[in-house]
Amino acid sequence: MDRVSAHLPEAVAERYDDRAGGAWAVIHAQHLPKVAAYLRNDPELNFKLFGSIDAVDRLHLAESDPRFEIIYILYSLTRNEHVRLKVRVTETTPEVPSLVPLYKGANWWERLTYDFYGIKFVGHPDLRRILMYDEFQGHPLRKDYALRDRQPLIPERPIKDIFRGPGTSGLS
Amino acid sequence: MSDPSKQPEAPNPDTDAYAHESELEAHLQPKRMYINMGPSHPAMHGTVRMKVELEGETIIKADPEIGFLHRGFQKSCENVTWTQCLPYTDRLNYNSAMMNNFGFLNAVEKLIGLEIPERAQYIRVIASELHRMHDHLTCVGATALELGGFAPFLYAIEGRELIMDRVTELTGARLTTSYGRVGGLNRDLPEGWIPKTIKSLDKIQELLVEVEGLLMKNRIFVDRMKGTGLLSAEDALDFGFTGPCLRAAGVDYDVRKAKPYWVYSQLDFDVPVGTHGDNYDRYIMRLEEMKQSDRIIRQALAKLPSGPIIVDDWRIALPPKPEVYGTIEGVMSHFKLVMEGIPVPPGEVYDSTEAANGELGWYLVSDGGGRPYKVHVRAPGFPILSAIPQIIEGKMLADLIPTFDMINMIGGEVEQ
Repeated sequence: MDRVSAHLPEAVAERYDDRAGGAWAVIHAQHLPKVAAYLRNDPELNFKLFGSIDAVDRLHLAESDPRFEIIYILYSLTRNEHVRLKVRVTETTPEVPSLVPLYKGANWWERLTYDFYGIKFVGHPDLRRILMYDEFQGHPLRKDYALRDRQPLIPERPIKDIFRGPGTSGLS
Repeated sequence: MSDPSKQPEAPNPDTDAYAHESELEAHLQPKRMYINMGPSHPAMHGTVRMKVELEGETIIKADPEIGFLHRGFQKSCENVTWTQCLPYTDRLNYNSAMMNNFGFLNAVEKLIGLEIPERAQYIRVIASELHRMHDHLTCVGATALELGGFAPFLYAIEGRELIMDRVTELTGARLTTSYGRVGGLNRDLPEGWIPKTIKSLDKIQELLVEVEGLLMKNRIFVDRMKGTGLLSAEDALDFGFTGPCLRAAGVDYDVRKAKPYWVYSQLDFDVPVGTHGDNYDRYIMRLEEMKQSDRIIRQALAKLPSGPIIVDDWRIALPPKPEVYGTIEGVMSHFKLVMEGIPVPPGEVYDSTEAANGELGWYLVSDGGGRPYKVHVRAPGFPILSAIPQIIEGKMLADLIPTFDMINMIGGEVEQ
């Protein structure tokens, strides 16, 4: 992380270590491809093993502005360490540059994050839902999406005396 | 004598006479054919639908659609207590439930900053390696079956049943064990379990010799595995392969060696590494890993120390039952743990363990309450499945079966 900060000082917004000793860096969205390319291609860093991408909806956390945090996990075989990057985006413009040109593995993870959080990855070749069906409205992992909201593709028959729990419209 | 007034019988569509000569000689359509494999096709493990575009027998395009099993793993976890997530993690990879259990718990313990007792660490290693063998036996056996070999499948399943019996004695369940607890384990080893396990391991090694003997010199099996499903080491890294599939391509990365957790650093074992990155190498990796798991279990059983199996901290582990029934502190702590969950301090962590298919990573966020704020799982099967279109496009339809078998996709974890 020191090397990233030295090489691309304008890209790193914040750095800290979590309780287990993992190093984190918050990156400005527009600089993300540059940072990832540097981490991947620098022969001494060599972060070539793609880990994963996901997002956190910080709606109910104390620090909730900007609302979404996208996390990137990469691994370097030569250094034997994980690097954890974060990009923060707002609710009104949830857009991040896509990492698919750099890592093939980013393709499905970005689709997953788009599907569940509605984050748009600019430059993704095939950004469509991956787990939910195409007709699904909204993004289920957002904290304001009700736990038991139902969107059946075929209308469900009303069944008496079944209460599907809090967060639903009651019967049916 | 036939009755002239009776009408002639209508043609029976089930008889050969119904198929005309011209139909039998019809040529294959020259145009592209689109077929759906799945969502419940015997060769598609779990419920994956593969939309395949064929020209003759060559796959032009393959598009996996994976959402059919999706059951909202993350959303469910975020609405129950930390301990109540355990049954959900079991179902991620139902072939190696305990590895998922323990991987999740390891991440939670990192987040709390908790060291578990040594005996619990040993038992976690033993149980994990048993389930690694379980997973690989299933994979190797199913592959043999799908390529036409029924006998090796039966041998592999016999070995798997032995492990399942030991797992049942240990945890009380065959498949979805929920054996771990934050801070340790649910219960200690049952009486007489160690000699039984060693006996089972001996038997499994015998069975493995049979399986190897039946498959390695089988022309059909070897021809369908060798040189199919090729992926270079560079592409494998790019896609995020881990586990046997990455090591088959010649990359030596195993979380147990790279970042040892529990007591792996005290045990002696090797990590097999392949060269070609084809299906055959992936198959060899799994066979070799089973032998290494056998070594690990025997060592761990020999070294197993005595002591507690869960931390003695009533904020994390349930108090012993006499305390719950006899003291007010016991009742209160039991009640708070069950109703409110373990108070995990606010923060975040990314932690990984080596599951049967590769690196099982967990990114957890806690807001200080008894429930996880965010549970992200980096399931090892997910990136591997995402590489299938690249591996298979331009190859034969028949290659799809061994390739799909050898990546050992598990529906539960891929579809979260």
